[in-house]
Amino acid sequence: MVEKKGIRGLVAHLILWIGIGIVAFPVYLAFVASTQDNAAIANGQMSLLPGSHFIDNYYRTLFVGTSGSTREPVVHMLWNSLVMAMAIAFGKIVISILSAYSIVYFRFPFRKTVFWLIFITLMLPVEVRIYPTYKIAADLSLLDSYAGLTLPLIASATATLLFRQFFMTVPDELLEASRIDGAGPFRFFKDTLLPLSRTNMAALFVILFIYGWNQFLWPLLITTRDDMQTVVIGIRKMITTQDAITEWPLVMATAVLAMLPPVAVVVLMQKLFVRGLVETEK
Amino acid sequence: MEKQSVFQSRLLPYLLLVPQLAVVLIFFYWPAFQAVWQSFLLQDAFGLSTTFVAFENYAELLSQPEYLNAILRTFAFSAAIAGSSLSAALLLAVMADKPLRGGAIYRTLLIWPYAVAPAVAGVLWLFMLHPALGVFSRGLRAMGIDWNPLLNGNQAVALIVLAAAWKQISYNFLFFLAGLQAIPKSVMEAAAIDGARPMRRFWTVTFPLLMPTVFFLIVINIVYAFFDTFGIIDAMTGGGPAKATETLVYKVYLDGLLGSNLGSSAAQSVILMFIVIGLTAIQFRYVERKVTY
Repeated sequence: MVEKKGIRGLVAHLILWIGIGIVAFPVYLAFVASTQDNAAIANGQMSLLPGSHFIDNYYRTLFVGTSGSTREPVVHMLWNSLVMAMAIAFGKIVISILSAYSIVYFRFPFRKTVFWLIFITLMLPVEVRIYPTYKIAADLSLLDSYAGLTLPLIASATATLLFRQFFMTVPDELLEASRIDGAGPFRFFKDTLLPLSRTNMAALFVILFIYGWNQFLWPLLITTRDDMQTVVIGIRKMITTQDAITEWPLVMATAVLAMLPPVAVVVLMQKLFVRGLVETEK
Repeated sequence: MEKQSVFQSRLLPYLLLVPQLAVVLIFFYWPAFQAVWQSFLLQDAFGLSTTFVAFENYAELLSQPEYLNAILRTFAFSAAIAGSSLSAALLLAVMADKPLRGGAIYRTLLIWPYAVAPAVAGVLWLFMLHPALGVFSRGLRAMGIDWNPLLNGNQAVALIVLAAAWKQISYNFLFFLAGLQAIPKSVMEAAAIDGARPMRRFWTVTFPLLMPTVFFLIVINIVYAFFDTFGIIDAMTGGGPAKATETLVYKVYLDGLLGSNLGSSAAQSVILMFIVIGLTAIQFRYVERKVTY
């Protein structure tokens, strides 16, 4: 632009690298800790370079578990997290696209009411109605089940609004053309609308996967059995305030493993992630 | 805006809505209704009988200095988290907006913490600043600071603000960068030709144009500080020491968990619900969606 290059550019690079350093350092440290010997860390003698226990620690974390409060192998927790994140992402997309289709492409009594009913849920985050929701889930015997982990989080006003917005931009001529070809509501949905919505769905999927994977409060309440635990809950249960019991290298290995899938999704699908993020926030 | 041509069907539109409405009614409206109803009831210590007490739970709650402290604490938290992560993110976004070599790489390296779970962020920072084994704790002690966030309330607060702000930088960065890129370059060039120096240009031209983004992010950050810090607080301090890190949401959880006072816990939920409704309303009223990447 108008600026001369040189010193000003250098300052910008420097500030950005400092920012990256601040953002990355805790994770680097977690990785380093996950490769070291438990005793070295417990003594407060942690080195800032990776140690030699990488394979040991990760093997124990993944397949054996800590000897303390949770003995569950982390590979099992990762599986639970994956199931939960996938089910929430898929579920939200499916029920949202169906309801948006109904609201946009049909005229029926109470259409406006239904729209507002869905819209208002934006203002009812799970944190606000924790106990009654928990009680309902318990009454429906959903505790310690994948259905209980996912169903209460699956409704999505934002996804519905997003699809509604997108359907509004689809030209009416497409529907007319399908009609002339003799397509009914199902055919039009399947052959025309779904293919057009692919990028939207993918972008949304990235955001929702991360949302599901990182859930904390709900899985904390709804799971009591160790084998139903997600990795985010598992890691929380591994740390105790008594230092002697906490096996920090294994905790840090779990942290690294818990971060990998969502971070990989963000980095690999950056374009879609940004799109999804910007679009989901009204 | 309405579609001109639509399908005619009596039953189908309702069938399509069934899954969404079922989830919404069972897991959103019914519990919300129950929370409101519960908040008007008083349960005896053994949970055997309940009496309708109208607004007594609210009156009692609002007369407790403890609750008022939690409200103040939560707002102070939000201000600290929003303030620090917004300013850091704005600085980074302004730098990344310049035509730099490797700009895309910088972006990638800055946005990924978005994907880290709040509870995991909490564990990472707890480890770094753990009183006995944290790498930074030795340094702090060497500087003469008696660092122990497990015992010192202010230090516990600082720890949580750090972790929460750290995680939120990437989000704010992305939206600031989008906001900056939406500002036409011609405006900046005009200001430059008028002889405005970079700092002045930023405060008189860029920043005002960025105001919608700033406002949007303030609301989002407050919501984040209210609700998404739950995992961070639970992993790092559990609300302690001596309630120093007990926010409104965490208090609902603790009071409900102990189960001693369901009416009060429900009343707290309802108050929170009103705060969320207020914030969401502000957001919709004043913030248009103008962000593109």
